[in-house]
Amino acid sequence: MSLEFKKIRATLIVRVAGEMDMLIADKMRTEIDKRIDDKTIRNLVLNLERVPFIDSSGLGVVIGRYKRITAKQGRMFIVGARPQVEKILFFSGVNRLVPMYKNEQEVINI
Amino acid sequence: MNLRNYAKFEFFSIPENIAFARSCVGSFAAQLDCTLEDIEEIKLVVSEAVSNCIIHGYENNPTQMITVMVSIDTASVLEIVVEDRGKGIEDLPRAMEAAYSTDPTRMGLGFTFMKSFTDDMQVDTAPGQGTTVRLRRSFLKNEEALA
Repeated sequence: MSLEFKKIRATLIVRVAGEMDMLIADKMRTEIDKRIDDKTIRNLVLNLERVPFIDSSGLGVVIGRYKRITAKQGRMFIVGARPQVEKILFFSGVNRLVPMYKNEQEVINI
Repeated sequence: MNLRNYAKFEFFSIPENIAFARSCVGSFAAQLDCTLEDIEEIKLVVSEAVSNCIIHGYENNPTQMITVMVSIDTASVLEIVVEDRGKGIEDLPRAMEAAYSTDPTRMGLGFTFMKSFTDDMQVDTAPGQGTTVRLRRSFLKNEEALA
């Protein structure tokens, strides 16, 4: 699993590559939180284009970050989820909390 | 029902083995002429079952063993059995409720996924005795449709 970070003004973009399960949950949580705890960051975009698999441990990471971002009055988005990942995000209701878009550009244009 | 194929494997209760277990079972299930979507769902339920053994059954003790048995019978039913000899589940009906978890950082969706993406789920558990999860899913329709 690898994480790539990009900051655009108050928005942190996290590009995730790899399967999101319990093995990577802790690392993802720690790496993202230390960046979103930065006062200059308000919004979070999670790019899942290169995530072929997600289970409930991976969903836990998404929901945990959503809670953290909304606690600081920010907004969170998911972009690029593949069909099999998108299905799990819908099934679990995560899409009702975190809006989903096709790509980063769509979110930047909001 | 007679078995057409059967495999059994055991591994340490470490997170690295979750992907190993779901890939193995996914490959095994592929002989059923199922769709890629079916395989993804099978991998998800295995991931949930094995994660439960590590987190709840063994409370992250890495030296314990998890056993996975997988079989296909002549009626094209895939059966996956995931077993730990850990602490067992005190309150099974509660553990099976959607969004219930003993750990507040977790979503409590493991059993919900296992139930939703299989035809039948049986959980055999007793405090101090470990937990066995038996998941069954029929692929008969898929194979008939292809015939």
